[in-house]
Amino acid sequence: MKVTKLTGLFAASVLTVGLLSGCTGNDGASSGKDGDTIKIGLNLELTGPVASYGSSEAKGIELAIEEINKEGGVDGKKIEVVKVDNKSESAEATSAAIKLTTKDKVVAIIGAATSGNTVAQAQIANDNKTVLISPSGTSPTVTVTEKGKLNEFVFRTSFIDPFQGTVAANFAANELKVKNVAIYSDNASDYSKGLAASFKKDFEAAGGKVVLSESYVAKDSDFRSTLTRIKSANPEFIFIPGYYEEVGLIVKQAREMGIDVPLMGADGWDSPTLIDLAGKAALNNTFTTNHYSSEDPDGKIQEFNKKFAAKYDGKAPDSFNALGYDTVYLLADAIKRAGSVDSTKIKEALEKTKDLGLVTGLYSVDENHHPIKSATILEYKDGEQVFKTKVNP
Amino acid sequence: MEWLQQLINGISLGSIYALIALGYTMVYGIIKLINFAHGEVFMVGSFLGFIAISVWDFGFFPALLFSMGACAVFGVLIERIAYKRLRNATRIAALITAIGVSLLIQNGVIYIRGAQLITYPEVFENKSFMLFGAQISTQAILILSVSIALMLILYIIVHKTKIGKAMRAVSHDAEAAKLMGINVDNTISATFAIGSALAGAAGVIFGVYYTKIDPLMGVIPGLKAFVAAVLGGIGIIPGAMVGGLLLGVVETTVNAMGFSLWRDAAAFIILILILIFKPEGIFGKNTREKV
Repeated sequence: MKVTKLTGLFAASVLTVGLLSGCTGNDGASSGKDGDTIKIGLNLELTGPVASYGSSEAKGIELAIEEINKEGGVDGKKIEVVKVDNKSESAEATSAAIKLTTKDKVVAIIGAATSGNTVAQAQIANDNKTVLISPSGTSPTVTVTEKGKLNEFVFRTSFIDPFQGTVAANFAANELKVKNVAIYSDNASDYSKGLAASFKKDFEAAGGKVVLSESYVAKDSDFRSTLTRIKSANPEFIFIPGYYEEVGLIVKQAREMGIDVPLMGADGWDSPTLIDLAGKAALNNTFTTNHYSSEDPDGKIQEFNKKFAAKYDGKAPDSFNALGYDTVYLLADAIKRAGSVDSTKIKEALEKTKDLGLVTGLYSVDENHHPIKSATILEYKDGEQVFKTKVNP
Repeated sequence: MEWLQQLINGISLGSIYALIALGYTMVYGIIKLINFAHGEVFMVGSFLGFIAISVWDFGFFPALLFSMGACAVFGVLIERIAYKRLRNATRIAALITAIGVSLLIQNGVIYIRGAQLITYPEVFENKSFMLFGAQISTQAILILSVSIALMLILYIIVHKTKIGKAMRAVSHDAEAAKLMGINVDNTISATFAIGSALAGAAGVIFGVYYTKIDPLMGVIPGLKAFVAAVLGGIGIIPGAMVGGLLLGVVETTVNAMGFSLWRDAAAFIILILILIFKPEGIFGKNTREKV
């Protein structure tokens, strides 16, 4: 508290001096009401069940901000961060968003990592006319409500769920050439249900057959009985669009029961915890769609790898690191083009984003604020994610 | 042989419920308190086992014994600090205290280490083999045999030892037991110790079998074990074992029929049905509450 008061006092005195000096000069332009920094709020899952997404994104975000500030900031203004932990709960995400918009008066909020926690803030972002960008909220309802109304101030860096389901369906049908598949999805998550629905639609359109659709509920730890049922249906491929916490156990228990067909999921699998939970051997012959692979030979990605490794003890970045990083550049680009920190102007600039070169691919945005960008397919080999192929929209 | 596989799945799950339900039922039998903090003892036991295995390099059995011992102490502490002074208070006061203790332990653990999950280390190699067309893992067999062994030991303690006799006497009539020279306080503490040790064992077994543990892991198994205890007849030890196994098998059957989303609901529907039609449980005698 003390520090902030002091800083406030300092800022106030600087402002006064600025105004005074402005009086003596011709104009006082240097001391605009915006101050010398651009305040950005982070509303991320730093603790709780999906803490690994939020903390990974925070790392990417911090790297990007450090870089931008080192090069003099955006339009000469440094970025200042207000970081809030939403504890992976939507109610917490809402109150964090209220705090950031009304108390801290941030220019934009980055977060949350999951669709549910982002949707929980959408109303507040719209009401307070503050730009909200989710790095990895892949549900379509993040930017367009279920009634079909556009959340004007809400954007995202990642592609949307149906696209991941479509990519997985095409990969299963064309690359793996399987005919009979099972779907095992999380009934408690819109993300999982959305992916399962688009997978089913596109896989059946490609001539395949879904022999069994089963569901679990997040927080379960015993999947053996449902897996026994799936095993008796003899699928050649199982699509499991869930989050790593349950998927890790599903993969482990499935392999223990002798289900050795290919398993596939989406970006919800992407966490080191998945490998701990499932075990390296069990994850062989599994695939995920993802935003990015650090093994992609693309030059921009290799450069990002180097910068990330330099800051974080030689670690290879995961896709959440990359999306967090990209989100900052997406926002910085919009602020630069808007030439102002006025949220409505930033929003208009974001809507016009076209072919922006980001680490996770070329980024354009459509009228529903859905990005148009590429997806990557990865395969697990002995606990390592190996780049398999890249699919364009 | 899908049904055999499902039966094995059900019994493995049920034996964990049974181990937790035993603690519920023993405590209820002796002081008529539904100890809602019991699920949290299970959780703490799981974390202690994790520390023993991954930090101190204990094997499975030493870790199991360590966790049981530490949980026994923990259970007695809870009883001495929170419940003892409420022994003559209304039952609802004790019940509310139990819920409070449960929340305190959950949030205490979250405060200490955060809410994120942790992966149990693999303590022994897991192989699986075929039996009559069903796939059985060595882990499942070990877990079953440990559970059964613990239940047998419990049976021997309750029926063949002096402390067991004292427990039965206090449970039957605490006042009369006191008059006969039984130290009621120590007997109640012993009950908490044994019940909590079983919960600690269940915690380690759960961790090894299901890999994933977190500070809120005790809530659902705790509630299910409560249902199991009521199903078997709360206060009756064999009832908790049968209730636990039965609940495990019922849940698996619901899953096997393709109603996976109804699995949790099934447990609670059973609770409601039992409370309406046979509130004394499967093994209970129909006794009228004295007014």
